[in-house]
Amino acid sequence: MKILVAVKQVSALDEDFEIRDDGRDVDPEFFIRDLNEWDDFSLEEAVKIKEAAAEPVEVVAVSVGAGEADESLRKCLAKGADRAIRVWDAAIEDSDSIAIARVLAAVAKREAPNMLFAGVQSSDHSFASTGIATAAFLGWPHAAVVSSLAYSPGAKSAVFRRELEGGLLQEVEIQCPAVLTIQLGINTPRYASLRSIKQAAAKPIEVLSLADVALRAADVGEAGSLSRVRRMYVPDKGRAQLIDGDAAQQAARLADIIREFKGAAP
Amino acid sequence: MSGILVIAEQRRGELRPVSLELLGAAEGLRRTGDEVAVAILAGAPDRFVGALSVAGVDEILTVKVASPEFDADTFESAVGALIAKRSPDVVLVAHSVDSFGFAAALAARLGLGFATDVFNAERIDGELVATRGGYGQKVSIEVDFPGRSTVLLAIRGNVFKAPEQAASPRVTAFDAPQAASRAAGRDFIELSAGDDVDMAAAEFILTIGRGIGEEAKVAQFRELADAIGATLGCSRPIADAGWLPKSRQVGQSGKTASACKLYIAMGVSGAIQHLAGMKHVSTIIAVNSDAEASIFGVAKYGIVGDIFEIAEELRSLF
Repeated sequence: MKILVAVKQVSALDEDFEIRDDGRDVDPEFFIRDLNEWDDFSLEEAVKIKEAAAEPVEVVAVSVGAGEADESLRKCLAKGADRAIRVWDAAIEDSDSIAIARVLAAVAKREAPNMLFAGVQSSDHSFASTGIATAAFLGWPHAAVVSSLAYSPGAKSAVFRRELEGGLLQEVEIQCPAVLTIQLGINTPRYASLRSIKQAAAKPIEVLSLADVALRAADVGEAGSLSRVRRMYVPDKGRAQLIDGDAAQQAARLADIIREFKGAAP
Repeated sequence: MSGILVIAEQRRGELRPVSLELLGAAEGLRRTGDEVAVAILAGAPDRFVGALSVAGVDEILTVKVASPEFDADTFESAVGALIAKRSPDVVLVAHSVDSFGFAAALAARLGLGFATDVFNAERIDGELVATRGGYGQKVSIEVDFPGRSTVLLAIRGNVFKAPEQAASPRVTAFDAPQAASRAAGRDFIELSAGDDVDMAAAEFILTIGRGIGEEAKVAQFRELADAIGATLGCSRPIADAGWLPKSRQVGQSGKTASACKLYIAMGVSGAIQHLAGMKHVSTIIAVNSDAEASIFGVAKYGIVGDIFEIAEELRSLF
């Protein structure tokens, strides 16, 4: 039995970031990279299922990214993934979430897992579409925003709750194999122990090329994408009126605003 | 290829308000001669005709489907059939949990131009350009769709204005192929967490976020909220960690601070999902140690500082 977990090394921005010269992305020098927060939960969900299963289950983390993504894959290995796969090729640069999904689907075809998890979205580009598009390329059933899950590896179906807007949930039964996108809060991701971090550092990461997963350059990058970044810019934002002073002065002003509000309230 | 197809959303017999906002977005993209058609997929779609008969709609497409509630296979098949039949150049859906479940799959399968969480869409030199946020909304990103004759856009909620005037669009029943569904929707469950607080009714809310750092600090803010007469709320990470019940979570998947007039956010960074539940509040005060936190973009007043120190000082004044 196997669960494939798609993960992404996301980028947050340093305080004084600058836009790249071509105006189409942020200068990578200002990226602070980490494993996508959602993916921490989907990996944990897979590891929990593995630990609860009667039969052996292999948890495989896969990421599409350049060498720096190894850091996130090592994190996954330290947190309980058995294997890690990274796919990269210069042609993948400028891929949108759909082109990335095509690569993930190609890896899934090769790995033939019983279930595929992805995060609901990534914290950097938040397309909320990679997992579901991967399902489309595989022709698999799929569901988004899963906030609780009952699944035994190898079972023909799984029952989950999807988290809707406004504090509503819906229970759904889905045929497997399936792609589920996992929501924050579905579990409590574990911390990696020092020992497991050390062990993970010694584990190999399989690095695959496009050819290894039977894709061509035209399947990815701009040609394989459904959108293209035209321009990136820092928007003019509304800006709060700052309350200055030391903490006592700031709190005093805050207290005034509260009293004013309470005075006005009926 | 012409015209705009809007996919409305319904849940448990109610039209979701974002459906009408999509019509506002459609109006901005309409070119001379373009028709705007809005499709409603439901077990009994006719019952939504009244609610969808608003200005800017030329045609309502009623699509009777077997599944009374959202189902990914059903939507992909029916919306795919609508696109094949009508060849619209733009298809609009809401950036919602339901479309998370089908829009990307449909776009991938049909090779449609595709962007999500779009808060602006316009034509520049005849080309459709959509704007979305990136890197925690710190940048705006314009995307285009070279070579795509149909573009599917998932539109952010609470951005476009719903048309208010009633109209009398023509109504067409659309016969969609019935898909074999690989998932079965069961019951809906209302979130309740043994806490009878009504965030939607609270007029004064003090919200805590990830910045509080540890569970032991919750008590300090609970006590502060009591002292100043505020209802204590939280952002997602606090509820996910179980530090406060889910019923106190403000945001897209939690509660909307509908009646709130004064909102103090302490240690809340301001993720877009949180802002969806509170950015409409007239007086928002953000307290955060990170001067770049996006919460300052929607706040009226901002305090850059240590939330614990501010909380302690504030407590001493009540």
